[in-house]
Amino acid sequence: MNIKKFSALIGILLLLAVSLPVFAAGGGPLETANINIRDVAATQRGAKLFVNYCLSCHSASYMRYKRLSEDLGLDEDLVMENLVFADVKIGETMDIAMQPKDSAAWFGKTPPDLSLVSRSRGADWLYTYLLTFYQDENGGWNNLVLPNAAMPHVMWQLQGIQKPVYASHDGHDVIDHLVVAKPGLQSPEEYEETARDLVTFLEYLGEPAQLKRKSAGVWVLLFLALFALIAYALKSEYWRDVH
Amino acid sequence: MAKPASSLTKRADSLMNWVDARLPVSAFWKATMTGYYAPKNFNFWYYMGVLSLVVLAMQILSGIFLTMHYKPSADEAFASVEYIMRDVEWGWLIRYMHSTGASFFFVVVYLHMFRSLLYGSHRAPRELVWVFGMLIYLALMAEAFMGYVLPWGQMSYWGAQVIINLFGAIPTIGEPLTEWIRGDYFISDATLNRFFALHVIALPLAIFGLVLLHLVALRENGSNNPDGLEIKANKDESGVPVDGIPFHPYYTIKDLFGISMFLLIFAFVIFFWPEAGGLFLEHDNFVPANPLVTPEHIKPVWYFTPYYAILKAVPDKLMGVILMGLSVAVLFFMPWLDRSPVKSIRYKGMWYKILLGLFVIAFIRLGMLGMAEGTPAQTIEMRVWTFVYFAFFVLLFFLSPGAKTKPLPERLTH
Repeated sequence: MNIKKFSALIGILLLLAVSLPVFAAGGGPLETANINIRDVAATQRGAKLFVNYCLSCHSASYMRYKRLSEDLGLDEDLVMENLVFADVKIGETMDIAMQPKDSAAWFGKTPPDLSLVSRSRGADWLYTYLLTFYQDENGGWNNLVLPNAAMPHVMWQLQGIQKPVYASHDGHDVIDHLVVAKPGLQSPEEYEETARDLVTFLEYLGEPAQLKRKSAGVWVLLFLALFALIAYALKSEYWRDVH
Repeated sequence: MAKPASSLTKRADSLMNWVDARLPVSAFWKATMTGYYAPKNFNFWYYMGVLSLVVLAMQILSGIFLTMHYKPSADEAFASVEYIMRDVEWGWLIRYMHSTGASFFFVVVYLHMFRSLLYGSHRAPRELVWVFGMLIYLALMAEAFMGYVLPWGQMSYWGAQVIINLFGAIPTIGEPLTEWIRGDYFISDATLNRFFALHVIALPLAIFGLVLLHLVALRENGSNNPDGLEIKANKDESGVPVDGIPFHPYYTIKDLFGISMFLLIFAFVIFFWPEAGGLFLEHDNFVPANPLVTPEHIKPVWYFTPYYAILKAVPDKLMGVILMGLSVAVLFFMPWLDRSPVKSIRYKGMWYKILLGLFVIAFIRLGMLGMAEGTPAQTIEMRVWTFVYFAFFVLLFFLSPGAKTKPLPERLTH
């Protein structure tokens, strides 16, 4: 097969590939989180939000406080003072006192451990989830990407209360968008920033090694590129007497 | 004071003689490397064999280090993988090497098999090379399947559930057979434990032995080449094939370059794209296994999806399982299905290019459909490509003996 035919074949395969939406997302359309995992300040703010708003019901059992202090450039004392509320040592993991059995009885479902939630759900889903809590007709909390979520909107004081606006679609009333019915402490833009910070932290939490991974990767690729170059020169030298 | 170099060389020579009188190291090196003549016209596709060996070595090495920290128990498995990812020094690298290695194993093996279909490497006298290769492929599928269960995530659990239940479709013995495989009435700690044993000992041992047989059978007749000509048919007065070159140093050094290019791609994925968008590490597998919650969309990893699509294309479960088994089994017969007087695609004519092209498209498209949600339209498409997949073998069998071929050259084209 010559190179022209081969590229034609690859072209056809690519065309087929784009014609099939393999990774169809469930739920509503997702907002783009647009986070920057290298933004340490955002990750620090997110950590603060996480321990304040999430860590009472959700654990992060695979994450150690000590790792947090190392990766986020925070003093161990600073971490103990600002981020650790439980009676634990710096080397321990981010567990909670609430028993799974109790929380299942209280909420109908045990709040999941959040260590890996960014890897199973993705940043965009989490961001949209945090933005699309609303109060439904029954006065209870609901969510656009996770309908009938068991979780109440814990940051409602920051965002305020959103209500749905319906539109007719094929004879059914479906939620078209949400409007702020009662403003919160933050403006919509500020709250989006807050959600972004929290998602940045969750993304870090999902794989704390990722920054090290990427920076090590650059050196590995540079080394291998150099190695490949030398190997190619060696090969050309040896193969001169074959050609 | 340092001894003169000549004295050192003499000492090395006498040591080598001492060893050779007891273990045929030099003779083995000559027979398989410096005195083994390979065709001089190998192209890109001929890197895939050595790359499979490289990946096998990496899987074994990274696997050894993973077993030092992994706990094969339903209660601890998931957490121990996260322990490796977070608390073990460079554990994330070892784990990503292993998980990315699994997918790349299939990438290079599929390309290796495709090379054979291009140039007829499976044709006489190399039928057994192909058969051993197919056995490696089967063992590799079992190895990959059981390895995927070990992290004990949702996809590990439910994927295993679906695959093991396939055996339940077999009449009479189906149900007891699934229990025997699981070691329990459902997928449980017992299943995880035995899969661990098979994954780290039994199957690697089997793969290693089969690779050895694959290579011994290959060395017996030597490699095929892009022209599909036998280089041994054309020897000079000293008995050396005129179109052959010693495997060492020419191909060892060329392979060194191929390996470094491969590692460049491999390292890129490990360091910058380890999940491969959910293809190599599925999103749902970051949720611990939960027997009470069925994931919305269960699918195997990408390298199994072509066969999974063939299974799903058939409405009847037993027929689906049979057809899926047949889709793998038929590959074993490739050396006898292709009856063309020439081996290589270069001299076979247009018909084979079209046939093989359609086969490749069918395989890739089935792979994509196998991971899709499965709308009715997709089911119909799966049936079409399943038909194309099997039509390839039937048409090959009937078209190959009579089809017009191009004249073969006297010597390798280089």
